[in-house]
Amino acid sequence: MTLSVIELPVTEDDRRIARYTAAAIALTVAEAALPSPLPGIKPGLANIVVLVVLLRYGWRDAAWVSLLRVVAGSLVIGQLFAPGFFLALAGAVSSLAALFLAVQLPRRWFGAVTISLLAAFAHIGGQLLLARLWLVPHDGVFYLAPLFATAALIFGTINGLIAARLIMQVETI
Amino acid sequence: MKAVLPEDLREVFSKAGYSGSWHKYLKVGDWLVLFLSCALVVLSYTLLWRGGVADRAIVKRDGQTIIEISLNSASKTRVEGPLGTTVIEVQPGRARVFSDPGPRQYCVQQGWLTRAGAVAICAPNHITLELNGRGEARYDSLGY
Repeated sequence: MTLSVIELPVTEDDRRIARYTAAAIALTVAEAALPSPLPGIKPGLANIVVLVVLLRYGWRDAAWVSLLRVVAGSLVIGQLFAPGFFLALAGAVSSLAALFLAVQLPRRWFGAVTISLLAAFAHIGGQLLLARLWLVPHDGVFYLAPLFATAALIFGTINGLIAARLIMQVETI
Repeated sequence: MKAVLPEDLREVFSKAGYSGSWHKYLKVGDWLVLFLSCALVVLSYTLLWRGGVADRAIVKRDGQTIIEISLNSASKTRVEGPLGTTVIEVQPGRARVFSDPGPRQYCVQQGWLTRAGAVAICAPNHITLELNGRGEARYDSLGY
């Protein structure tokens, strides 16, 4: 038997994405410890990291961080392949689609808060759609939509403000 | 631990004491999107949570609708049944059986009905009062 060595070359991009993903996972884990009035209503602090990556390094990196965060984050909190994982994935995929469009908006007039809000609404939209199609095949899930939309409005704004502030500070350093 | 953090986040944390007002992070378009988002959220409540609100009272005798009364304004309506006159009172957003000739007065004691789908039945006089909301009724009846 010959000993073969498989070498995976690690680029600087990989390291950067891994670092941001680690920060996002840490926020996911910290957030999982917070009590929530309704399952599914969470601040989504990890999305601050995704926003910062999006605005500094572009959509491709943001997509990596977001999806790695969902997979690794749910692995850490023991949710992998549980319904919550698929809901998180549906939210992440739909908000990435929104981010793809939102980042094309003229940066002169639209900042992180706009991008964050659009992503937050897309996030709950994707989750409600998956919940309607798969978990609760009844229009009753849309009864909860106003609550989720309120959470998206509040946390989308706050996360956007935090991301805007982080980026402004980084750029002035 | 610190070495693991991305460079820029570490720099941000090192400036934790930094403070400033938040509105400088909002651009013109951000305000616009924020305003539209608030409108959207309010709209979602009014559209999706209106279902339980009643907007008209339906009075039936022997299962046949005799009269439909809007819950927008106060009124009293007299309905004749086999035993005598049942009086239906409507106020904005609610309705009740004000009086009934039936022996046990169940439908009168039920008091004000406010939710869509709620029903008061005056069986001896063959009269029922029910509330209806917009769209299709979600319950056959609602009792307390």
